[in-house]
Amino acid sequence: MTKLAPVLSAHWDEKDSFTIEAYTRHGGYKASAKALAMDPDAVIQLVKDSGLRGRGGAGFPTGMKWGFIPQGDEKDHYLVVNADESEPGTCKDTPLLMANPHVLIEGCIIACHAIRAKHAFIYIRGEVTHVVRRVNQAIEDAYKAGHLGKGIDVVLHVGAGAYICGEETALLDSLEGFRGQPRLRPPFPAIAGLYARPTVVNNVESIASVPAIIANGAEWYQGMGTEKSKGTTLYSLSGHVNNPGQFEAPLGITLREILELAGGVRSGHKLKFWTPGGSSTPLFTDEHLDVPLDYEGVSAAGSMLGTKALQIFDETTCVVRAVLRWTEFYKHESCGKCTPCREGTWWLVQILRDLENGVGTEADLAKLLDLCDNIMGRSFCALGDGATSPITSSIKYFRGEYLAHLTNGGCPFDPVKSTLFSGVNA
Amino acid sequence: MAYTPEQLQVMDSMIKRYPRSRSAIMPLLHYVQSIAGYVTNEGIELIAKLLTLETAEVSAVATFYTQYKRKPVGEYHVGVCTNTLCAVMGGDAIFAALKDHLGVENDGVTADGKVSLEHIECNAACDYAPVVMANWEFYDNQDVSSAKELVDSMRKGTPKPPTRGPNSLVTWKEASAVLAGINDGKAGEGLQAGGPTLLGLNLSKEGK
Repeated sequence: MTKLAPVLSAHWDEKDSFTIEAYTRHGGYKASAKALAMDPDAVIQLVKDSGLRGRGGAGFPTGMKWGFIPQGDEKDHYLVVNADESEPGTCKDTPLLMANPHVLIEGCIIACHAIRAKHAFIYIRGEVTHVVRRVNQAIEDAYKAGHLGKGIDVVLHVGAGAYICGEETALLDSLEGFRGQPRLRPPFPAIAGLYARPTVVNNVESIASVPAIIANGAEWYQGMGTEKSKGTTLYSLSGHVNNPGQFEAPLGITLREILELAGGVRSGHKLKFWTPGGSSTPLFTDEHLDVPLDYEGVSAAGSMLGTKALQIFDETTCVVRAVLRWTEFYKHESCGKCTPCREGTWWLVQILRDLENGVGTEADLAKLLDLCDNIMGRSFCALGDGATSPITSSIKYFRGEYLAHLTNGGCPFDPVKSTLFSGVNA
Repeated sequence: MAYTPEQLQVMDSMIKRYPRSRSAIMPLLHYVQSIAGYVTNEGIELIAKLLTLETAEVSAVATFYTQYKRKPVGEYHVGVCTNTLCAVMGGDAIFAALKDHLGVENDGVTADGKVSLEHIECNAACDYAPVVMANWEFYDNQDVSSAKELVDSMRKGTPKPPTRGPNSLVTWKEASAVLAGINDGKAGEGLQAGGPTLLGLNLSKEGK
């Protein structure tokens, strides 16, 4: 049995955990002091040695990303933190920032020093007023305490409701004051990012993991996790389970283990399908309970670790309804820049609506897969690819359920049964 | 509507946060929204002037992002998450019930101007599903009756406080000012974390 390992979440249970006093009480801002006394290259090497990989979905090694920033180029460099958490199912950065915004600010100081940047921007989604308050206050308090303003500045930039801005180049366009639409790569942000200057874009959890690594060393971090997926991470369990919530564990824990900690799937029900890392990662079923939830394990089983957003659906849930709703989301959030995504998601919704209403034909399933084939790998960014994941994976595992909608002349499920308040309060 | 010298000074300080002025367009849009309740034509004209842009360039940005409203919303803007997980767990039922209860459709405002309603996408609180937001504050673990009570309390002018947020619900305009980066002094209010956020930590302390 894998043991939980709270590092990021270690002090979230203290009432004042979000204040600079609480953060300092637990050794906060000592790691940044230590890092600032180190050679920047040594900081990058230490983060490389720790094995930390990006926690925003792609899992790219964080230290390597920092190492791509050209040195001695006499250009301004920037750090941009992606706090635009909005992948369906993903709910880790938001509670992290509500409970402890200072760990992100300390991580920004260390990362800025490492990549020789004087400016960090935290791009936070706009639909979380109280989290914006907490981060804004934390930045003010870090200035007052002298942690910021002595060579490193942090600016909070609040988004305004666009999922696409979680894509790093769309985020940069948005931060520059344009519509948030992705850029063609190369050049990558490390060469031409914000204002066409060398830029590192990292997820909140990645940067927030850095202070503990500096404080405790690369070996300590390497001692947790699996061969190629080091350290601890936040797994977010939601949906039809008895006790949903955040579980910080070494990489490689399984859903079976997490479900046991959470008191299992909703009483009287059984697991039907789940996402390992948000709605853009192909669905898993009860066959996958023992897949190690690390980058390699999930990938080998045909999906992606993504943001470790474990959304659990029991047997009362119609998979066609679930997939249709996600597809409507991708259609709504498609930025419109490229044709496969803009037009493709629109057609996917039309066909899925017909299937959910039982008015399509079996040939529509082939058409759906053909559309997905024309979107996947042909879109400008990963939004289009992500849109195809729930469709192709659900047809793979639940083809019969799609067909049942056609023979039944509509959805065979009662939506009331899948609600949390089924029979109680509805 | 004319902007006051104080307001213009606030906007100037927002522009100065950035190495390049155009980056201030988003906080400026949040700010003009906090003054009028939505992004007015006057607001767009002013931002264009301040940033030396065409009004079309500012409009193009304002209309891309769903949080910028081009017409008035309620004093309390209610968003019901109907992305898959919340929808399945009750969000669809809550949204349908609120439309019926308030007599408005999606994006509608009650006649008294108190409450507007919108179905929203995933708001990063899935472990608290079904989730309702009001002025982008969290109302966790809602059901049909609690959501109706919530909007009733708003129409009476005594809105229930958020479950994870400040001690009382601020208005739409006040929330927009926070999103523009203005500190309203309420960061210290409310819970540091709700139950689900602490679940793993608490189990770990039990040796799990």
